[in-house]
Amino acid sequence: MADVLVVAEVAEGKLKKTTHSAVTFAQKAAATIGGSFSILVIGDGAGKAAAEAQGLGAAKLLVVEDASLKNYLAERYAPTVAAVAKGYAVVVGTASAYGKDLLPRVAARLGAGYASDITEVLADGGTLKYKRPMFAGNAFGICSISTPIQVVSVRQSAFAAAEPTGGQSAVETVAYAGPSKAAERVEFVSFDQVKSARPELTEARVVVSGGRALKEKFNQVLDPLADVLGAAVGASRAACDAGYAPSDLQVGQTGKIVAPQLYFAIGISGAIQHLAGMKGSKVIVAINKDADAPIFQVADYGLVADLFATVPELVKGIQAAKG
Amino acid sequence: MKILVPLKRVADPDNANKVKIPASGEKIDTAGLEWKPNPFDEYALEAALRLTENGTQPKVRAGEVVVVTFGPKETETTLRAALATGADRAIRVDATDDKLDGDLVARALRALVEKEKPDVVLMGKQAVDGDSNQVGQILAELLDWPMATFAATIREEAGALLVGREVDGGVSTLRVKLPAVVTVDLRIVAPTSVYSLKTPQTHKYNDGVRFAALPAIMAAKKKPLAEVKLADLASDQATKVSYHGFAAPPARKAGIKVKDVGELVSKLKNEAKVL
Ligand SMILES: Cc1cc2nc3c(=O)[nH]c(=O)nc-3n(C[C@@H](O)[C@H](O)[C@H](O)COP(=O)(O)OP(=O)(O)OC[C@H]3O[C@@H](n4cnc5c(N)ncnc54)[C@H](O)[C@@H]3O)c2cc1C
Ligand SMILES: Cc1cc2nc3c(=O)[nH]c(=O)nc-3n(C[C@H](O)[C@H](O)[C@H](O)COP(=O)(O)OP(=O)(O)OC[C@H]3O[C@@H](n4cnc5c(N)ncnc54)[C@H](O)[C@@H]3O)c2cc1C
Repeated sequence: MADVLVVAEVAEGKLKKTTHSAVTFAQKAAATIGGSFSILVIGDGAGKAAAEAQGLGAAKLLVVEDASLKNYLAERYAPTVAAVAKGYAVVVGTASAYGKDLLPRVAARLGAGYASDITEVLADGGTLKYKRPMFAGNAFGICSISTPIQVVSVRQSAFAAAEPTGGQSAVETVAYAGPSKAAERVEFVSFDQVKSARPELTEARVVVSGGRALKEKFNQVLDPLADVLGAAVGASRAACDAGYAPSDLQVGQTGKIVAPQLYFAIGISGAIQHLAGMKGSKVIVAINKDADAPIFQVADYGLVADLFATVPELVKGIQAAKG
Repeated sequence: MKILVPLKRVADPDNANKVKIPASGEKIDTAGLEWKPNPFDEYALEAALRLTENGTQPKVRAGEVVVVTFGPKETETTLRAALATGADRAIRVDATDDKLDGDLVARALRALVEKEKPDVVLMGKQAVDGDSNQVGQILAELLDWPMATFAATIREEAGALLVGREVDGGVSTLRVKLPAVVTVDLRIVAPTSVYSLKTPQTHKYNDGVRFAALPAIMAAKKKPLAEVKLADLASDQATKVSYHGFAAPPARKAGIKVKDVGELVSKLKNEAKVL
C-alpha cells in the first residue's frame, strides 16, 4: 500500500481547477513512495466531472454519486472519503475552503495525522516530508506524519496545475458510505454565490487588488484596470470588512493565497497578513500615496501617487502599450 | 447556553516578520515578541459573549462562557484577560506548544467537552502562528458533532444556530442543531454578525471585540481558573505530526520606485515583460 488518493473538488458537475494542484502533488508523492495515484471524485455530477480528470495519469478514477451529496456537507462526505482512503498511504486535497473544511475531518475519522497548506513535498529517501508556511509565511516548517495513512492539503499557488498528458484511467463507481451521525443535526440552508465573469483569484495570471483607500469607488476604479488586463480582482481585509468588496475576494494569510505573474496592490498598506497572501507573486506593483507604506518593501515597481488620478491613467497607458 | 472557547496565545502576529530562525533551523525564535491572544480566538470569545447576553445589557450573562488554553503557567495571563472581558471560568491545560499537534489538542478538547458538556464549542478557524486550520474540524469529527467552519454570522434559534460561512465563491448558510462546533472567521465581529435569541434584531454592536474595563480586570482575578494535566485528558500524548526543522522564507529582491505611469507601463512591458 503505497498509493496516493487525490480528493477532487466538484462544483456544479465540473471538476474544479483546485484539483489539478493536488494531482501535481500526487504525481510527486507517488513517485517518491513507489506507488500510483487515483482520484476520488465525489459529489453531485461526479460522473461527468470525472471525465474531465481523464489524461492526468491517475490509475483509477473513483466516482461517488448520491442524491444526498447535492449540497456539500463535511458530515455527509467524510465517511465515504475515509472509507476509500483506507486503501491508500497518502490522501491529498487542495487547501481551498472545501479542502480545509473536509480533510481534517477525514483525517480524524482515520486516526491520521494532517498537515495543512503545504507548499512543497520533499523526498527523504523513500519517505515524505512536507514544507508548510507558518507565522503568516514568515517561517517554513518541515514536518512529517507518523500515521499509516497521511492526510495533507496543498496550497494551490505552490503546486502548478497538472496538465493532461494523455492515457485513460479506469473509471470505477464506489458506493456512497452514508452520512455520519452528526449529519442528522446539520442542514444546508442556502448558498449565496458571488457571480463574476472574471477569472478565479487563485488561478488568474494577473490580479488587481484594492484596499481601504478605494472606499465606495472600489469597482468604479478597479474594474477598468482588471478589464484591460483580463485580471481577477482581489481586496484587502479592510476593503472586505467595509463592504467595498465581497469577502470572497480577500487576499492574505486568512483569505486567498495568490501567486500570479503580475499583482497590483492599489491603496493597500501592506500589512503582514496581506503580504502573506501575495508575496509569492512574480511581479508586484504597488500604488500608494504614502512613500513609507510597507507594501513598497515587497513591490518590484512602486509608484507613490494618488490612486484616483493614477489608475485611470494606467488603464490608458496599458491600452496603448498593448496596441 | 453554555459555550466553551479554546483560546491560544500567539507571538504578536503584527510583528510576525520579526520571528528568527537560527542557522541550525532547529526552532522558530519568537523572543522579543509580545504574547497576544490569537485574534480568531478573541473573535470567538466576542461571539460567545454576544450569544450569551442581550446585546442591550451586555453585563448580564445568560448562560456560561468557559475559556480553555493549552500552555505553560504564563498563559494564565491570556486566560485572565479573557475573564476580564466577560468569560465566567477558565481552564489551563498544562502543556507546551512543541509537544502538541492539532490532533492532540483536539483529542484533549474532546475529553474536556465530555466533562463540561457545553452546547457549543466556539473557536478560531486558525491559530495565526501554526496557521493550521484544523483543530475545530478534528474535534467535531471526534465528537461526531455537526460543525460550521469559517463563520461570519451566527443567529441563535431554539436549540440551533444558523451560521453564515465564508467559503470560496460566496456565503454558505447552515443550520446546526446543538451541540455543535463552530469556528469563526474575521467578519464575525462586525456590528450585526451575531444575535442571541435575547438580543433585539435592531441592536448594533460596536465593530470588533469589546475591551475590559478596569473594575472587570480587578474582578477577573477572583474568577475561577482551574489547572488540568494534559494526561488527565489524553492518555496517549504522542503527536501524529512532527517538525524536523524550520527555514526562513526566501527574501524578495528589492524593487524600485518609478516616477510616473509612463515609466511603470514601460517597465512592465519591456523589463518584466508581463503585459
Ligand atoms: C516552537 C513550536 C514547535 C512546534 N512543534 C510542533 C510539532 O512538533 N508538531 C506539531 O504538529 N505542531 C507543532 N507546533 C504547533 C503546535 O503546537 C500547535 O499549537 C498545535 O498543532 C495546535 O495548533 P494549530 O496551529 O494546529 O491550530 P489550528 O487548527 O490552526 O487552531 C484552530 C483553533 O484551535 C484552538 N487551539 C489550537 N491550539 C490551541 C492551544 N494550544 N490552546 C487552546 N486552543 C488552541 C484555537 O481555538 C484555534 O483558533 C509547534 C509550535 C511551535 C510554536
Ligand atoms: C487575524 C487577522 C487576520 C487578517 N487577515 C488579513 C488578510 O487575510 N488579508 C488582509 O489584507 N488583511 C488581513 N488582516 C488585516 C491587516 O492587518 C490590515 O489591517 C489590512 O490588510 C489593511 O488593509 P488596507 O491595506 O486596505 O488598509 P490600510 O492599512 O488602512 O491602508 C490603506 C492604504 O491606502 C493608502 N491610501 C489612502 N488613500 C490613498 C490614495 N488616494 N491613493 C493612494 N493610496 C492611498 C494609505 O497610504 C494606506 O497605505 C488581518 C488582520 C487580523 C488581525
